[in-house]
Amino acid sequence: MRTLVVTECEKGVVVPATLNTITAARQIGGEVDVLVAGHDCSGIADSMSKVSGVDRILCCEHADFENHITENLAGLVESLSGNYTHVMAAATTFGKALIPYAAALCDAQAISDISDVVNADTFVRPIYAGNALATVKSSDSIKMITVRATSFESASTEGGNATVENVEATDASQNVQFIEQMLSLSERPELTSAKVVVSGGRGMKEGKNFEMLEKLADNMGGAVGASRAAVDAGFVPNDYQVGQTGKVVAPDLYVAVGISGAIQHLAGMKDSKIIVAINTDEDAPIFQVSDYGWNEDLFTAVPALNDELESAI
Amino acid sequence: MKILVPVKRVIDANIRVRIKDDHSGVETANIKMAINPFCEIAVEEALRLKEKGNAEEIIVVSAGPAKCVETIRNGLAMGANRGIHVLCDASPEPLALAKILKQIAERESIGLVLLGKQSIDDDNNQTGQMLAALLGWPLGSYISSIAVNDAGFEIVREIDSGLEKLQLTAPAVMTADLRLNEPRYASLPNIMQAKKKPVEELTPNDLGVDITPRVQTIEVHEPPTREAGVMVSSASELVDKLKNEAKVI
Repeated sequence: MRTLVVTECEKGVVVPATLNTITAARQIGGEVDVLVAGHDCSGIADSMSKVSGVDRILCCEHADFENHITENLAGLVESLSGNYTHVMAAATTFGKALIPYAAALCDAQAISDISDVVNADTFVRPIYAGNALATVKSSDSIKMITVRATSFESASTEGGNATVENVEATDASQNVQFIEQMLSLSERPELTSAKVVVSGGRGMKEGKNFEMLEKLADNMGGAVGASRAAVDAGFVPNDYQVGQTGKVVAPDLYVAVGISGAIQHLAGMKDSKIIVAINTDEDAPIFQVSDYGWNEDLFTAVPALNDELESAI
Repeated sequence: MKILVPVKRVIDANIRVRIKDDHSGVETANIKMAINPFCEIAVEEALRLKEKGNAEEIIVVSAGPAKCVETIRNGLAMGANRGIHVLCDASPEPLALAKILKQIAERESIGLVLLGKQSIDDDNNQTGQMLAALLGWPLGSYISSIAVNDAGFEIVREIDSGLEKLQLTAPAVMTADLRLNEPRYASLPNIMQAKKKPVEELTPNDLGVDITPRVQTIEVHEPPTREAGVMVSSASELVDKLKNEAKVI
């Protein structure tokens, strides 16, 4: 058995979920190879060769891979797939687009968003917004899988000694042309790997009120997230969204501010270690999953919390 | 241009699902069903493209048991022109569905296939990507806007780090994210009219597609539940508990 893990990079840095995916790959048993495809990516290949538990790095440097066009990467994955029993990527927008595309090229039924490895062909995955867990067994000769990063520990970035091999690029798609990315820039930790996440919902009333959540996040070294309602209302950009169809987070501390707790939101955060809810509605479903609930107007509670945290420093 | 919109019949998003006693799956008997919300967004976008003069015909397709015709009628009541029902005992897996859709897209000379990005039952998020791969057409996944131009389509995608703009040639496959639009409600006259619109019935066999499942569900069980904790009444009490009891800050 041999598993290929596809590395995801953003602005020249490895996305942390790749390291969790390597842990899932180790649980399959057998060898673990890691594909690093990008423009000018030999430095990333070197750093990935130090990751614990990796046998080989396949490095493919080509300008066609600079913008992570699904078609281009899927073609490369298909060209390598003959050597593998499993191909894995994190269940991020990158991996969720890539793996099914590559699976169809290999005539395999992909398995999305696994949260546990039972054995080499059997996996657990959440369905119905995480309200049920399905144990599924694949009969395909190659298993194409996306991995729920929060369900697996991060592989250590030290102690490994993988060999680095260069692989040939495959032809790029002529049908897709990259124009631009409009990225949200933030100095705060990345949402899906932050130890603390402070999220706001419809109760925030308007976008500028998120400033006090940013302050609260900064006081705890955390990231800022949001419910779908807050994103739909235009308070914050789409990449803040936590939930069934947004990002899945599982920080040590999740603070839900003005979020009622629809099942679609809970799907994205209910595996957090500690959940705090601040809401004026004492019947809000979020309180049923919270370790600490505070039935208070958020416009009173959040400034008071900021004062308390700042006075303690 | 003709637009093909696949739609799926799922348990209504507001229903709390119940797992069957034998753990073979989720209870669907006598449960309120609805069109998958992302599929509804895809239908709406197709209608808007047609209203702007970018499309002449919208075909809604669904694969699954006889009741899926209701979901096709939902799309027809919103304004789609005709339907295709591919009769199967159960919803096919994404790869099998993509193979079915490929046959239909080629047979109907489709210019754009617009799908929802995922269905809210299986949460697979696969069919559009697979269809693009099988057809060799460009993929626009998780899109939040479409503009038709001379070269094809300029689209904006929602990605984890923000937004991304791509130019795709035509024909293309796209999957709709939440913020592409807000779907309209079907009016009563349109619901009545939809009953008269044609729905062609096919089988996977007619299309030469083998839908034998590749992935077997062994069991379905409840996730671990969380217990409600304690209520606090001040900032100092909360900070104290987070520091000294939970030890997370």
